[in-house]
Amino acid sequence: MATDGLHENQTLASLKSEAESLKGKLEEERAKLHDVELHQVAERVEALGQFVMKTRRTLKGHGNKVLCMDWCKDKRRVVSSSQDGKVIVWDSFTTNKEHAVTMPCTWVMACAYAPSGCAIACGGLDNKCSVYPLTFDKNENMAAKKKSVAMHTNYLSACSFTNSDMQILTASGDGTCALWDVESGQLLQSFHGHGADVLCLDLAPSETGNTFVSGGCDKKAMVWDMRSGQCVQAFETHESDINSVRYYPSGDAFASGSDDATCRLYDLRADREVAIYSKESIIFGASSVDFSLSGRLLFAGYNDYTINVWDVLKGSRVSILFGHENRVSTLRVSPDGTAFCSGSWDHTLRVWA
Amino acid sequence: MAQGSGDQRAVGIADPEESSPNMIVYRKIEDIITKMQDDKTGGVPIRTVKSFLSKIPSVVTGTDIVQWLMKNLCIEDPVEAIHLGSLIAAQGYIFPISDHVLTMKDDGTFYRFQAPYFWPSNCWEPENTDYAIYLCKRTMQNKARLELADYEAENLARLQRAFARKWEFIFMQAEAQVKIDRKKDKTERKILDSQERAFWDVHRPVPGCVNTTEMDIRKCRRLKNPQKVKKSVYGVTEESQSQSPVHIPSQPIRKTTKEDIRKQITFLNAQIDRHCLKMSKVAESLIAYTEQYVEYDPLVTPAEPSNPWISDDITLWDIEMSKEPSQQRVKRWGFSFDEVLKDQVGRDQFRRFLESEFSSENLRFWLAVQDLKKQPLQDVAKRVEEIWQEFLAPGAPSAINLDSHSYEITSQNVKDGGRYTFEDAQEHIYKLMKSDSYARFLRSNAYQDLLLAKKKGSFLRTKMQPKLFCNQHRPKEAPLCQGSTSCVDIEAQGMWTEDVLEKARLPLALPHGLRTGQGWLPQSSWPLLPSDTGRHVASPGGPQKAHPEPGGLYP
Repeated sequence: MATDGLHENQTLASLKSEAESLKGKLEEERAKLHDVELHQVAERVEALGQFVMKTRRTLKGHGNKVLCMDWCKDKRRVVSSSQDGKVIVWDSFTTNKEHAVTMPCTWVMACAYAPSGCAIACGGLDNKCSVYPLTFDKNENMAAKKKSVAMHTNYLSACSFTNSDMQILTASGDGTCALWDVESGQLLQSFHGHGADVLCLDLAPSETGNTFVSGGCDKKAMVWDMRSGQCVQAFETHESDINSVRYYPSGDAFASGSDDATCRLYDLRADREVAIYSKESIIFGASSVDFSLSGRLLFAGYNDYTINVWDVLKGSRVSILFGHENRVSTLRVSPDGTAFCSGSWDHTLRVWA
Repeated sequence: MAQGSGDQRAVGIADPEESSPNMIVYRKIEDIITKMQDDKTGGVPIRTVKSFLSKIPSVVTGTDIVQWLMKNLCIEDPVEAIHLGSLIAAQGYIFPISDHVLTMKDDGTFYRFQAPYFWPSNCWEPENTDYAIYLCKRTMQNKARLELADYEAENLARLQRAFARKWEFIFMQAEAQVKIDRKKDKTERKILDSQERAFWDVHRPVPGCVNTTEMDIRKCRRLKNPQKVKKSVYGVTEESQSQSPVHIPSQPIRKTTKEDIRKQITFLNAQIDRHCLKMSKVAESLIAYTEQYVEYDPLVTPAEPSNPWISDDITLWDIEMSKEPSQQRVKRWGFSFDEVLKDQVGRDQFRRFLESEFSSENLRFWLAVQDLKKQPLQDVAKRVEEIWQEFLAPGAPSAINLDSHSYEITSQNVKDGGRYTFEDAQEHIYKLMKSDSYARFLRSNAYQDLLLAKKKGSFLRTKMQPKLFCNQHRPKEAPLCQGSTSCVDIEAQGMWTEDVLEKARLPLALPHGLRTGQGWLPQSSWPLLPSDTGRHVASPGGPQKAHPEPGGLYP
C-alpha cells in the first residue's frame, strides 16, 4: 500500500483505532449483502420425515475416555485413541480389534487414518504426531516402526493426512497449525494467527484446492492457504472455544461446534455466518460435528452425552440420539455416508445408521 | 486478524475464569435453578412434606421439575427433560434426598436444591483429608439415615490406611464438626446434611457413576488463578498439595505489537476488497447442492440394495468396488468435473474418451501433478524434472498446450523444483479440460451408454427400479423372473414379501461367492428387467430432480 511509510510513525493506539474502523467498515460491507436468511429461503425445501437412527455397533475395549476417531477409506475400519494412551484399529463392521498400540503418554487427543489404509497417525500430551505403519505380521511390534513426524511445543489437538500418506497437517495447543513431510519429519509450512490453543482442523474437500479451516480457544475459525501459510478468511462469532470444524461437502462452507452450546454454519463466498443451530434446552458444549454426504444433515456430539441431528438448511433439530453415558468427544461420518461413528468419555464408540 | 493475544484484556482486569467452558455451563444451570426456585415467576412448588413421624423440609418432586423444564425451556419430549434434569443433578445442583446416585426421575421422588456454597462454580477441588473427615464424622452420628453405604465404608477403610499417621488429627476434626453441627436447628441440619452429602456425591461419586468433575485437559489451563480453587470444606488443607495436579501453568500472554496490528490492517483491507456473494445467492447454492446430492446420501435416502450397517449385508460395498459403475454413479459424473476426477472409475472412463480423441496428455499431466504433491520431500525434485520432460520441455512426448504466460511462469518455477511448481499450469489445464473435453465427454456415446445402461444384461440396471430391496415399503412393480422353474410366479402373488423378492432376484444355481457378498452374478443368469419388456418404471438418463420418492421412507 502507498501509505505504508506513514504507518511506521504511528502509535500503537492509532493503529488500533485504524483497525477498529476497518472492522466497522467490513461489517458494514458484509451487512449490505445480508438480504435474506438461509432458513427463510429453505422454507420451500421439502421437510425431512421422521428419523429412525440407532446404534448399529458398539465398540468396547478402551480402558478410558475415547478422545478421537477417524475412518479408513474402506468405509468400515476405524482408528480410535483414548486417555489411557491406547490407540486401537477396529473393523467396526465386525467390531473386531485389528491393531492396538500403547502410546508413551496419556491423553491421545488426535488420531487419523492414512488415505492408503496402511498407516495411522496419533499424538496428544507428548506434543508430537507419530505415524505407525499398520502391519499384519503378528511377530512385528507396531510400536517398533513408529515414526515421529510433528513436534509442537504443546499438546497435539488434531491431525489429518492431506491427500496422501506423505503429508500430515497438525493443530496444537501451542496456537499453531503445521504441515509436515512424513518421511523426513521436516516442517513444510507453519500457520500462525490463532491467539490461543488450536483445537481442530479440517481439509477442504476439493480435488484442486489447498486450503483448510481451523478452530481454537480464541473463538475464531480461520481458513488457511496451505501454500503460503497465510490466513485467507477468519470468522469470530462464537462465544467460546471452537471444538470442531468440518467442511460442507461442496467445500463452499463449513460448520463449527463450540462450548457456547451452538453449532454454526459459515459460508466462504458470503464471508459470514449464515446459520446457527441452537436450542434453549441445549446448554452443554458441542464437541464434534460432521455433515451427512449431501450436507442436508449436521450431526453434532455434545458434552451432555447426546447427539443432535440438525437440518442444515432449515436450522431446526431433526432428532436427538441418546445412548452414550458420558460426553461425546468425537464424531465422524463414514466415507460413503452410510453411517457415522461417535466416541465418548464412556469408553465406547458407537456406529449409528 | 493475525493478533497475538486475540481479544483478551490485559491480565487482571477481566476474570478469565468466567469465560472458561465449564463456567459457561455452570452459569446457565444456575440461571435455570434460580428461575426454578422463584415462586413469583412460576417456579416449582417447594414444600415441606409430612412423612411418618417427621417432616421432610424443602423438597420438590421429580415430576414437578420435569414439567417445569418442559414448560420453561420449550422441551417437547419428556425424555429430553428428564435427561437434562439428570445432568443438572449430576453436576451437583439438584439431588434426590434418598439416593447417592445423582439422577432425575419423572415421578414422586423428592429432590432438594443444592446450597450455593456447594455449587461447582466455586471451583471446588476438595481433598481426601476433607473426605476422610466427612466419612469419619458420619460414623460418629448415630442416625440411620446417615449410615455409610458400602462404597463409603470401603472408601473410609482405604483412607484410614492412607492417612494412618494423621488419623488422630482427622478424628479430632471430625469431632469438632459434629459439635458444630449439633448446635444447629434440627430442620436446618436435615437440609444441610443432605446438601453436604450431595456435595460429596459429586466429588466422590458412587462407583459406576459418571464423575462430572473430570475435566477436559485441553481446557484446564484456563484456570489461571489457583488461589480461587476451593480445596477444603472444613477449613483443613493438605500440606503436600498446594496446587491441583490438573492445572498446567498457562503460557504468558504475548502482548499485541505494532506488527500484529499492521498485519491485521492488511488482512482487513484484503477482506474489504474481497468480492462476496449475496446471502440469497449463497442460500440458493447451498440448497441446490444439497438437493442434487440428497439421493446419494444414505442417511437421508435409503441406500440400495440396503445400508450394510442396518441389514448386515455388504452387497452395496461390493457393487461399489466392481469395475462396472451403477447408473446412479455415472449420473453423478455429470454434476461437475470434480466428480469425474474424484471417482477412479470416472477418471478411467474419461481417460479412455480422451485417448479416443488423442488428447489424453492433459489428463495425464493433471494426474501427474496431483501425484507430485503427494510425494515425500526428497522425491519432489526428481518428479518435477520428469513431469517437465514428459509434458512441457521442447519436444516433449506428451506435450500439453499452455499459453505463453503460463509457460513462462512454469519454466521459472522448474528451476526451484518445488511441490507447487506446476500449480499455475495445472489450473490452466484443469479449466481447459472442464470447459472443453468434459463437456464433450458428457455428450459422448460412451458416457451416454453408461448412463442409460445400454450394455446388455448389466447387473446394475436394478438402479432403474423402484426401491425393491428396502425393508421399509412395498414396491409397485416387480421384475419378471426368467428361467428358473422353482421361482415363484410374482404376478400371481400380487403382494410382496421379502423372501418372494429374494427368490425373484436370484436364480437357483448361485455361485457360492454371492452369499458372502463376494463377486457377482454372471450376466447370463440375471433375470429380465421391466425395461426389457417395455414395462417402464423410471425415466432413464438426464438430470433428475433429487427429491425423495413419494411413498418412500421420508414423505
